[in-house]
Amino acid sequence: MKRLIIAIVLAVPVLLAGQSSPGLDPASILQPLAANWPTYSGDYTGRRYSALTAINRGTLDRIGLAWTTRFTAGAGPDGLGNGVPTGGRGGSAPVPVVVGGLGTGELNTGGPAAIRGSILVVDGTLYVSAPDNAWAVDARDGTVLWHYYWKTRGGTHTGHRGLGMWHGYLFMEMHDDYLVSLDAKTGHERWRREISDFDQQYFSSMAPVIVGDHVLVGTGDDLDAPGFLQSFDPETGALQWKFYTVPMKPGDPGLETWSSLDAARHGGAQVWVPGSYDPDTHLYIFGTGNPTPAYTVGRGEGDNLFTCSLVAVDVETGKMAWYFQTSPHDMHDWDSTQTPVLADAPFGGRPRHLVLTATRNGYFFVLDRVTGEHLVTTKFGSAANWALGIDEKGRPTRNPAKDATIPGSIVTGSTTNWPPPAFSPDTGLFYVPENNSYSIFYLMDPDPRGSMGLGGTQSAAVALAGNFITAIDYRTGKAAWRHELVGGGGATGLLATAGGLVFAGDGAGNLVGFDATTGDAIWHARIGDVSNAPETYELDGRQYLLTAAGDGLFAFVLNDESR
Amino acid sequence: MRFSRIVFATSIGFASAALVTGVNAQRGTPPPSAPATVPSPGRGPNFPQQQRALADPAVIARGRGLFGVSCASCHGHDLRGGDQGGPNLLRSSVTLTDQHGELILPIVHGARAANGMPPVPLPDADVIAIAEYIHSVLAEAGRQGRPPEADAPDPDILVGDAAAGRAYFDAHCTACHSASGDLKGLATRVADPRALQNLWVSGGGGRGRGAAAAGPPITVTVTPASGTRVEGRLVRIDDFVVTLIDGTGARRTFTRHGSDPAVAVHDPLAEHRQMVARYTDADMHNVTAYLVSLE
Repeated sequence: MKRLIIAIVLAVPVLLAGQSSPGLDPASILQPLAANWPTYSGDYTGRRYSALTAINRGTLDRIGLAWTTRFTAGAGPDGLGNGVPTGGRGGSAPVPVVVGGLGTGELNTGGPAAIRGSILVVDGTLYVSAPDNAWAVDARDGTVLWHYYWKTRGGTHTGHRGLGMWHGYLFMEMHDDYLVSLDAKTGHERWRREISDFDQQYFSSMAPVIVGDHVLVGTGDDLDAPGFLQSFDPETGALQWKFYTVPMKPGDPGLETWSSLDAARHGGAQVWVPGSYDPDTHLYIFGTGNPTPAYTVGRGEGDNLFTCSLVAVDVETGKMAWYFQTSPHDMHDWDSTQTPVLADAPFGGRPRHLVLTATRNGYFFVLDRVTGEHLVTTKFGSAANWALGIDEKGRPTRNPAKDATIPGSIVTGSTTNWPPPAFSPDTGLFYVPENNSYSIFYLMDPDPRGSMGLGGTQSAAVALAGNFITAIDYRTGKAAWRHELVGGGGATGLLATAGGLVFAGDGAGNLVGFDATTGDAIWHARIGDVSNAPETYELDGRQYLLTAAGDGLFAFVLNDESR
Repeated sequence: MRFSRIVFATSIGFASAALVTGVNAQRGTPPPSAPATVPSPGRGPNFPQQQRALADPAVIARGRGLFGVSCASCHGHDLRGGDQGGPNLLRSSVTLTDQHGELILPIVHGARAANGMPPVPLPDADVIAIAEYIHSVLAEAGRQGRPPEADAPDPDILVGDAAAGRAYFDAHCTACHSASGDLKGLATRVADPRALQNLWVSGGGGRGRGAAAAGPPITVTVTPASGTRVEGRLVRIDDFVVTLIDGTGARRTFTRHGSDPAVAVHDPLAEHRQMVARYTDADMHNVTAYLVSLE
């Protein structure tokens, strides 16, 4: 009886919080992606496939710019957060800056924002992030509602990948290793929690993924520190579990694939891109990063588990259910962190629960996501030359001659990277940026102890070999179409829609709409270098197309024929 | 882990000053990093080890000497670990977290004896001097977890067979190049063999975004379905627009609608770049060994 009372007392604040700021019901993320964009990939499947159809092949020529807003990072001209002239080009009123963080403000004084992640869309409000900064924005006209600015202590400032939301609360990783929870209405900080050790040179930029009452966060590091995924309580910030992606103690699985426990504990496998979630199995499926040292000896000749792997973890317990290594003993810093796509689709004559991923090493994989059983491996990087073939488990077999060598080896570059792929259940096609290039990789530090981090090597880019958006048939792994991007750059992340369209930046300053079936470019707007994956949402019965280009957000809307 | 970190092949006088640009221009990645020897700006704020104030130089110098006497045999002269099993101190959570010896001192005095770290009977002040020396080395670490610059010379890349390289050159390159013509004195102009190899493999030209890079110009022929053919230097091309500068110096931009106008791009280095996919690494090393003889 006593225990029951305590349980009720503890539960009350949660209920009150939920009632006072309804915000986003986590269960709604389980719905097919349509009006809102409530999590990093839109929904948990990682498909970036919207059910909205108003913008389609027949109506695409009727979309036009609804609004654009430019964002300025930092505390503003007086450094105190007063009167920052942020907002729409139309001249929305300045908003005060809510300032947090433990730094002095000297390291990130501000300037044009770099918007390189997902934007949440929840009930008419957008939640936008850039390194050390977050904004709430009116989805109807781009007006900035509040601005949160974090004075950083430092850290490697990569692109920031976005926010997570649970009821009325937002969650944001900071590059100096804090997870911060904000009140979605005001931008005021609720709590902050250090999620990785800044002294060990971790840096954190992943968009938190909220599943039920779990805030899933990964972090990054280049200095030979172990990777991990953590789950926090969205209400209190308390740690629920921590899953290491490399062996940390004697007896841990995978230890035999390293030269020593010390090597494993310094082996990397960072978790810096969001994964996907299967509500049927409660498995969160995500990719892990490269081993360290990345380019040299120093970790034995084994596979170095669980680096460069697809890993399925039970979201309630943090225990691993299965793994599949997509790049055994990687020697090129080719993280396999790419967001996997979950698809329920026929395979081999029967419906299967699949997971699809196209990794940075140029290979495409299909697995059964319940069991981890391997089904398909193909090479989608048409030039990829680093592997000898595919082994009996479906893994590419590394060619050691294509490691960095002292006299130099000619090796293809990253075929794809963090920009997310998309998948349309209508076409059965998996859409992914495919970049082909050649570099000479030199080993600069032949020390038998190995180097550290990304050290010990130099590479020289020597030739382009074509950049594409490639549509892969998941059943065969073969390309149904490849659209070459002739402007010289590579594609951004992708969006697929039930309107039969695929959207992406083309690396040449255009936001482009492609026919999802043929790959034909049928619409574009030259808005500058698109810097995130396009998204779509619906408001007041009208479908919007949203993307970022540097410090600007651009919202296109389908104009009603009757207006 | 997350960037394209490609050192771009800078050419010096092979064809003309040029830069290979635009490779793997992933959105959201910073500009390609410079060689490790050149500090790369623009990577933003850094980590605590690079931010903290260092101890007095005299203390650091004393610590360096003490480290050499008492620590280097196990932890390595460069702190990266040694033959006798001492761990790498440049990536150790103890040294990375320690401020002024407070975490290092107890370990030196035996706190980890059970783990194989023997107690070293040094006075506290000496251990603190060693700790300050370690911090001074950590401050010199490179980006993305790279160790500090070593004194060691760059490894010699010349492993190829010059005679085989000459044979390859004669068979594949002489249609465009000549050892006594355009390549005369090449190894004098580009003295570093690695730079020379990067240069000849890349072709020294570039086709960056908008094809603005120097080198043999990329040209384009635009033929509208109804209209006159126009030729010129390519400025920019994508699926929707092509821009060129014609013979009079005028800038001409054409909207593209599928196959109208017909657009033909002529890249003088296209064949050179396609050859990269066909070189074996041995071919490359052999040709480099031959080209370094063209002084």
